[in-house]
Amino acid sequence: MSLENIVEPIAIEIHDLWFSYGRQNVLEDVNLLIRRNEFLAVIGPNGGGKTTLVRLILGILRPDRGVVRVFDEAPEKMARHMGYVPQNTHFSKEFPISVLDVALMGRLGRVGRAWRYSPADRRMAEKALDRVGMLSYRDAPINNLSGGQRQRVFIARALITEPGILFMDEPTASVDTEWQANIYTLLKELNDSVTIVVVSHDIGILSSNVKSVVCVNRTVFYHDSAEITTEMLEKMYQCPVELIAHGLPHRVLGRHG
Amino acid sequence: MNIFQYEFMQNALLAGLLASIACGIIGTLVVVNRIVFISGGIAHAAYGGIGLAFFLGFAPLLGVVGFAVAVSVVMALVSLKNKERADTIIGMLWAVGMAIGILLIDLTPGHRIDLMSYLFGSIIAVPRSDLLMMALLNLAIIAIVGFFYKDFLAMSYDDEFAALMGVPTRTLYIMLLVMIAFCVVIIIRMIGLILIIAFFTIAPYIAERHSRSLSSMMVFSILYNFIFTALGLWCSYMFNLTSGAAIIMVAAIFFFFSLFLRRPPKAERKGGAGA
Repeated sequence: MSLENIVEPIAIEIHDLWFSYGRQNVLEDVNLLIRRNEFLAVIGPNGGGKTTLVRLILGILRPDRGVVRVFDEAPEKMARHMGYVPQNTHFSKEFPISVLDVALMGRLGRVGRAWRYSPADRRMAEKALDRVGMLSYRDAPINNLSGGQRQRVFIARALITEPGILFMDEPTASVDTEWQANIYTLLKELNDSVTIVVVSHDIGILSSNVKSVVCVNRTVFYHDSAEITTEMLEKMYQCPVELIAHGLPHRVLGRHG
Repeated sequence: MNIFQYEFMQNALLAGLLASIACGIIGTLVVVNRIVFISGGIAHAAYGGIGLAFFLGFAPLLGVVGFAVAVSVVMALVSLKNKERADTIIGMLWAVGMAIGILLIDLTPGHRIDLMSYLFGSIIAVPRSDLLMMALLNLAIIAIVGFFYKDFLAMSYDDEFAALMGVPTRTLYIMLLVMIAFCVVIIIRMIGLILIIAFFTIAPYIAERHSRSLSSMMVFSILYNFIFTALGLWCSYMFNLTSGAAIIMVAAIFFFFSLFLRRPPKAERKGGAGA
């Protein structure tokens, strides 16, 4: 249970990280080690800083203080090796783009700047769309899809980046139950070779796949896998106070009252 | 309807075609990236270039190119650096650019310059010598957007993801604003500085409603712009109207009627139920 017993190399390393929007601290004194082939769930209350933490690891945001390392490099350098499924909210409802063209964006990190995608890129995008059951919609405008279908396209887009680490922000929100189950299976398969970090409220994803849990509410608490039970996860929704108050076994990295 | 046999009308029509191509492509990117305000800023501030050209005694179009490109780069850097107050600073540059132009023309000795033709366009104001420069700028726009098409597409749809994938979104953004400056140069004689915004927005907006891809939106925008231009020029000649205003009013009438066209339905698709 202690760190020394774990042999997997470190994928993500965060030391003494602080981040604020303006004067409001969003994250304080975060320390975190995520090992390769981890399947980490990031949970916590809304506005607690979950998405901010993910965006800091991706290098989209820069910390005010502290260090983020991904595979022992600066996040910006490793960005192409990280797949990202953002929250399905900020997209234009008017933008004319097909499902296939959205999926192909996942190849941008692997192709040159010039001209077009190759036939191999297209085959790869089609294969990924097939894995999420969206191949028959390849030529449809993305804005004709339901929220859940669009989410599956974004998952396909993240898959074909061939990521070392896959980040997903509420990946199963608005996805129907049948496809939620399929996505869990898909993630489980992927986890053999890919480190996965999921921000989720979805108890299904948490109980079926997760190896460890991090709870984010301005500060970050890391919970090791062995203690995860459904009952405990339910309680974690009020974490960290509830969790500590209940005296459940947990390991904490970082300052913690 | 044989008015297009006159050389000045042929020039105007050719200029209209060049302007339609450039503004169809760039207008599409302006609309989907929601940078209409900054485009207006570049167009108006470019007036400073006209003043500068007259004051120093070189070709007005060269003044516009230099000034508009410089302003667009400054605006790009400002809006990347200070997102919070970018629109305020752009508004300032917008007015200051125009003020510089007016003061420089005040200070220029000799005959008064026909300012109206730069502000609102004039079909007889497109000399053959300008067409070459317009064609070259058009080629530059087609080459840049063609070369970086998938990157512009990705940046426009999801700039955060594009940047994550290593697409140089900041550089592309600066390039886009510089190409807006090119468009200003291309259409200043026909439409004029004040009305350029309509040429950037109306056709792409109509096109977006029925386009399935960014490239088809560009193609339809070019087509619509050219229809507006040809009809507007014809009205301008027949009824002795200012060309820029005539072109924009034709566009506005088309826009009004396009609102009554049925939008393609948000298809209800079978299979793969969504939430």
